Amino acid sequence: MSNLIDRYRRKFLGGLGITAGAVTLAPGILLREVQAKPDDEAVTNKVRWGMLIDTNKLPDGGDGMVAACKKEHGWGDDPHSSPTQQSQWVRKVTFKDKLTKHETSLPVMCQHCETAPCVDVCPTGASFKRADGIVLVDKHICIGCRYCMMACPYKARSFVHEKLENQKPHSPRGIGTVESCTLCVHKIDKGEQPACIEAAPPKAAVFGDLNDPESTISKALAKHGAQQIRADLGLNTGVRYWGI
Amino acid sequence: MSATELPLSSEQIKANRNSKMTFTEWQVEDKRFYALLAVIGLFVLAAAIAFFYVEHYGHYVTGMNNQVVWGMPHVFAIFLIVAASGAANIGSLGTVFNKKEYQPLGRLSLVTAMALLLGGLAVLVLDLGHADRLIIAMTYYNFKSIFAWNIILYNGFLVIMAVYLWSMMDRRKWANEFYKPAGYLGFIWRFILTTGTGSIFGFLVARQYYDAAILAPLFIVASYVFGTAVFTLALVFLHKFSGKELGQSIQNRLRYTLALFIALVLFFELIRHATNLYATEHHGVEAYILSGGDKITWLFWVGQILLGSLLPLVLIWLPSLRNSQKALLSAAALAIFGGFSQLYVIIIGGQLYPVVLFPNATVESTFSDGEIATYSATLPEMVLGVGGVALSLLLIVVAVKVLRLLPERLFDE
Repeated sequence: MSNLIDRYRRKFLGGLGITAGAVTLAPGILLREVQAKPDDEAVTNKVRWGMLIDTNKLPDGGDGMVAACKKEHGWGDDPHSSPTQQSQWVRKVTFKDKLTKHETSLPVMCQHCETAPCVDVCPTGASFKRADGIVLVDKHICIGCRYCMMACPYKARSFVHEKLENQKPHSPRGIGTVESCTLCVHKIDKGEQPACIEAAPPKAAVFGDLNDPESTISKALAKHGAQQIRADLGLNTGVRYWGI
Repeated sequence: MSATELPLSSEQIKANRNSKMTFTEWQVEDKRFYALLAVIGLFVLAAAIAFFYVEHYGHYVTGMNNQVVWGMPHVFAIFLIVAASGAANIGSLGTVFNKKEYQPLGRLSLVTAMALLLGGLAVLVLDLGHADRLIIAMTYYNFKSIFAWNIILYNGFLVIMAVYLWSMMDRRKWANEFYKPAGYLGFIWRFILTTGTGSIFGFLVARQYYDAAILAPLFIVASYVFGTAVFTLALVFLHKFSGKELGQSIQNRLRYTLALFIALVLFFELIRHATNLYATEHHGVEAYILSGGDKITWLFWVGQILLGSLLPLVLIWLPSLRNSQKALLSAAALAIFGGFSQLYVIIIGGQLYPVVLFPNATVESTFSDGEIATYSATLPEMVLGVGGVALSLLLIVVAVKVLRLLPERLFDE
């Protein structure tokens, strides 16, 4: 009997110890909003990834974010393609209001629409939306028809015009297929943030789960609202902006 | 419609067809035939080389880019596909509308339609970034995509036209039972097919020049122009090349069909542009197309409207040119040129105008935002497109040589 009590006691104390240890040693890990997903676990629609970009806090208009994306995925310097044939996963767009002359710059990439036109028009289903809201291209079944590029209101997609070598293992690109911002899905699945978010100035860009009311991004959106590019199209984009 | 004008029974039609029509292969000397085949074959061969060239190096050897993603091959492909639907109209007139004058031309009409569709599809498929993945396009379907539907519509068209043709050609009674149903199905299928092709652009919300339901009926009426023009040229050529007489009455019928649908295309274009001009949000793209001053504006006003529509109408309706075969052939050729101009303006012009991200602002970026893009077709694109036309012609001349498609006599009685 006493043996049994001892066993219970040991178990209880042990559990307490592990909890205390976890709280003191690794609070950052437990409080992280973006959690690593085990590879054998399916993506669910419980989360919807999104980002919020404050254009007022981007002194370079997003150049740094563009450069970080380029470095992460290795697009933009294909040796044979002309400047208009180069891929452009994200670009800095500057617009000046015709009346007020107010000028704003912002990075524009795939807006990860809830009802994405590129997904609708793709004949084979290569252009698809993952359960967690990330819009991607399955390069194994993309036939290179470019209809998605015709359909994207943000001109976010590019076509690979030549054979490529030395690609990034985490971001394969292929001749004759269409590509675009993946929201750095390879990093998200490891519990990291997209490269552009990491490169953005402090507080200029937030990444997180739009479905979680307690996430930083959801709280910021609930408090201050935000704008979508071409909101008139009703696409419910996953990328939102302040200051446009 | 009076009782006496009711559609003929299938027995009567069969009796008519059997009693009056004798069909024959294309009676042309072997030497001339093979010479013709060689010339057309060269163009097809050139297109094959162009395809492998682009396939090997990638699309950077074309003029297409990430702003203008569909180029000259698509202009050719869509022309041929739309023309295919129109070319089958001659068959429909004979079967569905019981126009006896057109019945002798039914077989050639269907073969021309199938050949045009195959030529167009070949160009479309060979321009894909991954033409090698055609099997994927046939096995993976996203049914929300009008493109996926079009794959079914195009394949279905070929099957229906083949059955329809067989029901015309097979003398067995039970084969003839399929004649009317296949004719009606083909007629309906043509409408759906061209609606689907027009909707490739009609369903695009992203771009200012598209996103309009009127593009579907516009493509339908345009299909009659393209198809009738191509069929007229093919018919006259087949007769001239073999030194056979072609009657005036059938030419006059084709002449007026052409004119009617050219006028209808003009009407639909007028409504489309007027609607756009009424809405402020479309003023930018309309100003670019109608008065931007670059090749698109010229192609619209001079190519499509003046040379491609008004001049053919004059050639057809000028009393002094009545019964002139040269006038008819010129009108048909000009209508084809007008059709290519029209599709170039729609497909290329619609992409050259920038995507509008911020409607009330001037926009700029390192990726051509806010500016008119540039595009000019390179040689491989042109060769591939022309090769599609050549493939269609090749299929037609081979078909008429080996099958009894041409009526023995088509001169006036």
